[in-house]
Amino acid sequence: MNTVPCLKVDGLNVTYPVGRGLLHAVVDVSLEIGPGETLGLVGESGSGKSTTGLAVLRLIDIASGTVRLGNDDVAGANRSELRTLRKRMQMVFQDPYSSLNPSMTVAQLLEEPLIIHADLPKSERRSMVGRILESVGLHAGYAARYPHEFSGGQRQRIAIARAMILAPELVVLDEPVSALDVSTQSQILALLKTIQAESGSAFLLVAHDLAVVRLMSPRVAVMYLGEIVETGPSARVYDEPAHPYTAALISAVPFPDPARQRRADRIILGGDLPSPMNPPSGCRFRTRCPFAMEICSQEAPPKVAVEGGGVASCHLHAHGPKLDGGSLRPFLREKRVAMVE
Amino acid sequence: MAEPLLELRDLTVQFPSPNGWLTVVDKVSFSVGRNDIVCVVGESGSGKSVTMQAAVGLVQPKGGRVTGGSVRFDGKELVGMSNRDLNRVRGDEIGFIFQEPMSSLNPAYTVGEQIAEVVRRHRGASRADAWKRAVEMLDRVHIASAASRAREYPHQFSGGMRQRVMIAMAVACDPKLLIADEPSTALDVTIQARILELLRELQRESGMSVLFITHDLGVVADIARRVVVMYGAQVVESASADELFARPRHPYTAGLLAAMPQVALERGQDPVAIPGTVAQAHAWPGGCRFNPRCVYRQEGACTTVPVPLEPVAPGQDALVRCALAASLSDTLREAVAA
Repeated sequence: MNTVPCLKVDGLNVTYPVGRGLLHAVVDVSLEIGPGETLGLVGESGSGKSTTGLAVLRLIDIASGTVRLGNDDVAGANRSELRTLRKRMQMVFQDPYSSLNPSMTVAQLLEEPLIIHADLPKSERRSMVGRILESVGLHAGYAARYPHEFSGGQRQRIAIARAMILAPELVVLDEPVSALDVSTQSQILALLKTIQAESGSAFLLVAHDLAVVRLMSPRVAVMYLGEIVETGPSARVYDEPAHPYTAALISAVPFPDPARQRRADRIILGGDLPSPMNPPSGCRFRTRCPFAMEICSQEAPPKVAVEGGGVASCHLHAHGPKLDGGSLRPFLREKRVAMVE
Repeated sequence: MAEPLLELRDLTVQFPSPNGWLTVVDKVSFSVGRNDIVCVVGESGSGKSVTMQAAVGLVQPKGGRVTGGSVRFDGKELVGMSNRDLNRVRGDEIGFIFQEPMSSLNPAYTVGEQIAEVVRRHRGASRADAWKRAVEMLDRVHIASAASRAREYPHQFSGGMRQRVMIAMAVACDPKLLIADEPSTALDVTIQARILELLRELQRESGMSVLFITHDLGVVADIARRVVVMYGAQVVESASADELFARPRHPYTAGLLAAMPQVALERGQDPVAIPGTVAQAHAWPGGCRFNPRCVYRQEGACTTVPVPLEPVAPGQDALVRCALAASLSDTLREAVAA
């Protein structure tokens, strides 16, 4: 690639002091998003996916690693540099009920970023508010109302309008639809696609739902206990996962068809997420992996290039069945696993 | 036919609002047979949770009132039953699991003490026997080293483990009916899969009936034998799970399916959103409550008079509340076919 990526993260680490120890929430995460592109970041609670999103925007402290927005250093930026950078990167949170100040009107909420970051006359700000409201599918006349007068889906539209009004280069979307009713989720997903096509912003989409991510982003990274365990084109990762955690995550989501649920080969993970204060040796996933081998506790897994694109960090590619960058599916069929703890 | 274990008939519930009483459960009727698993599915504001709470006398403490209908449980009428009698039924004959296990457990007592307390209160068991039962129950919900974990406090358990503790507590007295309100919604999907597996296993072993409330049609397909779909405080469709997913009869059910990302992926297209927003109790639309969002809506038939819940065909168990059901039958079937 000779174009400069919109976002480039290298060796990102985030730690929290806990008691006398250090909680390693994000471990050596590297990722890249091109201009106007969407990358999905998938994982369950405790995977570090949201922490990664916050760290990229410097909304929390970074322990080490580099974060670049275009040609500019985010990780090393000082306070005034950050202020300039913030104009170019925004965030949409999961809960539209708590992310909008209830005492501000929609007009005030949307105007605030313009007042802080752009030197514009009031009339220009007002017309921008009207335009952005229409672009998220809300009447310009709603500007005088308060957040509580709107449904969850409408509030999320307001939050998106607020994030997009400065035409940012990068938007971190943290579970943007998971708090919404199913019937309205896809309205918001469609809106995000349209608005991205217009603005050319890059999206980092943080979500627990691989299906949502596959619909929204051509590439995905799967996180477990602070680490990226698999990356690749979303279709390949979803259809032919190369890491057992990815396969388990996909199989755990019930499909709305009882006949199919009855015959589904599900990988049921035993145990609980280990404490990030004291992560397992070798592969971090091995304590819950139904296919763990001796080597998994001894050595960190190699990063293996996967057929069809991407990388998986798993010993199964070099040991045991020696998948050698292939899909896990044939191996799973062979095992016919339906492991119950 | 044997009498169902639980039978709701025309149950109606109201809650106060600044503009007077709002009907949030409107003449809801359905039943749960013995050894049955029934899912009530709906979105926010559908009335699914309030229906369940009202059925067992839990809306009055929250300011609501049951204004009509009946709830028969195992030969007893629960509407109008004294709190004292209701307390005996709840926890003994009917067990509960809620969405947020942390707020239902007391942080000041060990999990063993909390399960034992339920057994002592409802069964009059001795301390020693109740403790033994608590350990046995923790073991039954697959908590490893149950005897020692029983001495630990809720905060020492993960979210999934706490939900197992809640389940152990709910089934400790061998209830005839287990009511589970979104028990897996706050959990990660890999943990959810195990909780659903556990509920299926406990149901199979004990033969208890399960009334499961959820917003997730995937979960419904995974666990339900029969399904009740609610929208706008009413039942809009009910059928066996196999029938409902193969042949949804209500445009709302078909719409919910088409809106699911997994279903869309399977068909290689974008998910189809249901337009508009979920109907609200302060402004139920006239006629069919789903009509403002329905792509098949017809002026008149759908917009003027209330639509009754009727068998999909004479003599059938499946019910639907749609004025156009007969003519839409094939359209909807094709709409959800992969």
